[in-house]
Amino acid sequence: MKPITHRQLDFMGKRRLAFIVSAILLSVSILSILFQQLSLGLDFTGGTLVEVRFAVAPSLDAIRQLLENTGFQDVSVQTFGASTEVLIRLQQAFDPEVGNQVVNLLRDDGAAVELIRAEFVGAQVGDQLRDQSGLGMLVALGVVMLYVALRFQYKFAIGALLALLHDVIIVLGVFSLFRLDFDLTVLAALLAVIGYSLNDTIVVYDRIRETIRKSLLNDMPAIFNEAINATLSRTLATSGTTLLVLLALLILGGDMIYHFSIALIIGVVVGTFSSIYISGALLLPLKLKREDLIPAKKEDEDAEEELP
Amino acid sequence: MLNRYPLWKYLLILVILVTGLIYSLPNLYPEDPAVQISSDLALDERRITQIENALTDADIQIKSLEEQNGQWLIRLRHPDDQLEARDILSDILEQDATVALNLAEATPGWLQALSASPMTLGLDLRGGVHFLLEVDMEAALTQRLEVNASAMREILRSERIRYRNTEIDERRLSFDFASSEDRDAARRLISREFPDFDYESPGEDRSASLVMTLTEQSINEIQDYAINQNLTTLRNRVNELGVSEPLVQRQGPDRIVVELPGVQDTVAAKRIVGATANLEFRLEARPDTPSTETETLSFRNEPSRTAELMRDVIITGDSVSSASHSFDENGRPQVNINLDGTGGTLMNRATRTNIGRNMAVLFIEHKTEDRVVMEDGEETVVRDPYVERGLISLATIQSALGNSFRITGLDSPTEAGELALLLRSGSLAAPIYFVQERTIGPSLGQENIERGLMSVIVGLLLVVAFMLIRYKVFGIIANVALALNLTLLVAAMSMLGATLTLPGIAGIVLTLGMAVDANVLIFERIREELRNGLSIQQAIHAGYERAFTSILDANITTLLVAVILFSIGTGPVKGFAVTLSLGIISSMFTALLVTRAMVNLLYGTKPVKKLWI
Repeated sequence: MKPITHRQLDFMGKRRLAFIVSAILLSVSILSILFQQLSLGLDFTGGTLVEVRFAVAPSLDAIRQLLENTGFQDVSVQTFGASTEVLIRLQQAFDPEVGNQVVNLLRDDGAAVELIRAEFVGAQVGDQLRDQSGLGMLVALGVVMLYVALRFQYKFAIGALLALLHDVIIVLGVFSLFRLDFDLTVLAALLAVIGYSLNDTIVVYDRIRETIRKSLLNDMPAIFNEAINATLSRTLATSGTTLLVLLALLILGGDMIYHFSIALIIGVVVGTFSSIYISGALLLPLKLKREDLIPAKKEDEDAEEELP
Repeated sequence: MLNRYPLWKYLLILVILVTGLIYSLPNLYPEDPAVQISSDLALDERRITQIENALTDADIQIKSLEEQNGQWLIRLRHPDDQLEARDILSDILEQDATVALNLAEATPGWLQALSASPMTLGLDLRGGVHFLLEVDMEAALTQRLEVNASAMREILRSERIRYRNTEIDERRLSFDFASSEDRDAARRLISREFPDFDYESPGEDRSASLVMTLTEQSINEIQDYAINQNLTTLRNRVNELGVSEPLVQRQGPDRIVVELPGVQDTVAAKRIVGATANLEFRLEARPDTPSTETETLSFRNEPSRTAELMRDVIITGDSVSSASHSFDENGRPQVNINLDGTGGTLMNRATRTNIGRNMAVLFIEHKTEDRVVMEDGEETVVRDPYVERGLISLATIQSALGNSFRITGLDSPTEAGELALLLRSGSLAAPIYFVQERTIGPSLGQENIERGLMSVIVGLLLVVAFMLIRYKVFGIIANVALALNLTLLVAAMSMLGATLTLPGIAGIVLTLGMAVDANVLIFERIREELRNGLSIQQAIHAGYERAFTSILDANITTLLVAVILFSIGTGPVKGFAVTLSLGIISSMFTALLVTRAMVNLLYGTKPVKKLWI
C-alpha cells in the first residue's frame, strides 16, 4: 500500500468565503426563478400534434433533423399505424397554421405529403402531479428532519434541511438562468439530487458525531476539520464515480438524457460542496456543543450495540 | 473468528442471488417483433412459401414461422420491418385473413412456468399502442344536471314546497308547481345556492314552472372539469404503481390520447383503459313514494328480478377514497369501501334516518356498439353509445353507515377485484368512447437510442475501471457486488412489471454509480484502520463495523424520502420512488452482505500478510 500523506485541509477557516459564494449563487438562482421562471418542456406545457401521410415511407431521423433545424423545439416523430403515416409532436403553442407550416417544410424537402390533422395536445403531467408531488416533498422533508433530529440532534436537522434547499434551488436556478428545458427527466434528476445530497450530508454528519464523541476538546472548527478530512477521500471517490457516469451520459448520451445529466452534474457538484460548507459549517453558527451529542454516556453504548 | 459468517448466512445470500438471477434472466430474451395472421381458411404450404418469398424479396429477415391454434406467427429479426411486413402480407392475403402486429414472447418455457417475464420497453424505445378516446360531453352535462336536480328536490322537500315534475332536457332543468307563490319561493331558494343557471319563470298559477338553463360559462367549466377528471382517472388506471410509463394527454377540446408501451395486443389494453364502470348508492322506494321519484331497475346477474329505487342518489363512486377486495365470513367475494369526508357525511345522514330500509348498489357501465351503415354508398362504422345499469346488491340497512363499509353480491373474486381497482382509481366524470386505435413506433430515433445505450455502457465501464484502479482486489469484489446489484435490481423491476425507458436506464446506471458509495465508505475505513495500526483481520472487521452506521443512516434517510414520495406522489414521481427504494435496498444487500461474504471467504479463513486495497 502506498503511504498516504495525511494532509489536513483547513475547511472551516475558509467558511466565510464559502458562505459568501453560496449566498451569491442562491440570490442569483432565486431572482432568476422569480423573474425568468423555468422554461418547461413538452411534458409540462403540451403543444401541437400533427399527423401526416407520406406517399412513400420516409426516414424519421431526417424529418426530426429537418424540423429541429427550422427552429421547432422538442420534436418527437413516430410512425403511426403504418410506415407511411407519421405522428409529429411539437412544443409549439397550437395555432391552425402549424400543420400547414410543417407540411410545407416537408414538401420543400421534396416529399409527397398530405396533412391529416393538426390539433393541440395537453400536458403529459397534470396539476395533480404538481400538487401531490409538492405535498409529498414537504412531508418527506419533515419526516427526514424528524429522523435526523432523533438520530443526531435538531441542529443537525436544520443544517441538513438548509443544505438540501440550497442544492435544489441552485439546480433550478441554473436551469432557469440558462433557459434549459425542464422536463420530466429533469424532475427525476432533481429527486435524485435530493437523495444524493442527503446521503452526502449524513455521511459527513456521522463522522462529525463520531469525532465529537471521541474527542475531549470543545474546539468545534478543529473537530469539523478532522471529520471532513477523514471523509474527504470517500467524498471525492463517490462524487468522482458518479460524475464519471454523468459525464459519459452527457457527452455521449444524445438529446434525451442531456438535460438529465446536466441537472445531476450540477446537483452532485453543489451537493458535495454543501455537505461540507452548508450542512457542516452551518453547525458552527448554530452553536453546536459537545453536550448536544453526549447528554448521557448510555446513548453511546446503545449506538455500539446496534452494530451487526 | 473475526471475519467468518455462519453457513446459513452464506446459504441465504446464495438463495437471494440465485432467485434474482432467475427472475432477471427473461430480459436476455426480449420479445420478438412479429406479425400475426388469423384466417378462417387454413393456410396451405404453397401460401406459406409465397409469404416467405415475398418477405425475403423485400429484404425482411424472418426469425421463425410457427402455427398456434390456427394462427400463424411470423417472428422477425428487426422491429423496423414489422410495419412493412404487415403491409406486404395484407397485399398478398387480401380478404382471406387479418394481419396484425404482435410482440411475441421469447422467454423459454421453464422461466414462463415460474411466471418470470422481461421488462417492457418504453414508448421512447419500442413504441406501443395509441388510443384516441372521446369524452361524451353531453353525458357530462346530463349527469351534472341530474345531481343538481337531486339536490334541488332535497331543498324543496325540506322547505315543504310542493312540486310536480322534474324534467331534464339537454342544458335545461325545469320544475312544475301548483301555484305562482310556490314557484317564486322555490326560485328564491334555489337561485341562492345554484348560481350556475339562468332562471326563467314561465306560466302562472296552475301552470307555473321554473326553467333553469346552464350558463355558457358553467358549461365550459363542467366540460373542463370532466376532461381533467377523466385524465386523472385514466392516468391512475394505466399507471397504478407509477412504473409503467404510459402517455396520457389531452388532445383537442374533448379528446384524450392514451399510449401504452410494450403492448400491441389492443384487446387487453382496451380492457384496462376503457372500463367505465361507476357505482351509485340509492335507497329502495317506499310503497307510498310517488312514481315520479322512482325508477325500476333489474339485477345485473338476474335480469328478471327488479326493484323500485328512488331517483335520488346518495353518493356515487366519486366519493370513494379507497377500495379493496376480500372475502366475507362465508367465503363470498366482497369489496371493502372507504369514503372521503363528504361522502361519509352524506352516507351517514341518509342511513341514520332510514334504518330498516333497503339500500341498493347500482352498477353503471358505459359501452359502445359498432354498427355498419351505408353512407354515400360507402360502408362506415358508427359507434352507438349505450348505458348498462344493473343492481349488484340490495341489502337492509342494519345501522347508520359511516366512512367505511362493504358491498357483497358480486359474482366472482375477479369481478370484485376489477370493481375495487376501478373504484380506487376513481370513476370517470363522463363516459369515454374509443375513437381510434393504432400501433405507434418508438418516439426516439434509432440514432438517439444507440447513443443513449452507448453512453450508459461507457459510464458503467468507467465506474468498474475506477474501482479496480483505486481498490485493486477489493475493487474486484466491489465490481462483482455491482454486477449482482444490477441483476437484483433488474429482477425486482421485472417482477413489478416496470417499463424501461432511456432515462430510466440512465437512472439505473446512476444508481449503480452512487451505490458504490457504501463500498467506498467501507474500504476507506479499512485503509484508515490499517493506518491506525490495526492488524489486517481487525482492520477488515472494524472497517465494516464502523462504516455501518454511516451507511445505515444515509440510506434510511433516503429510503424515507422514497417511501413518502411513493405514498403521496403520482405517476412518474411514484415510479421514481419505486426504483429509488429498490436501488437502495439491493445496494445495501450487495454492498454490505455480499462483499462481506466474499471478503470472509477470501481472507477470513487464513492468515493474510498484505491487503491489496
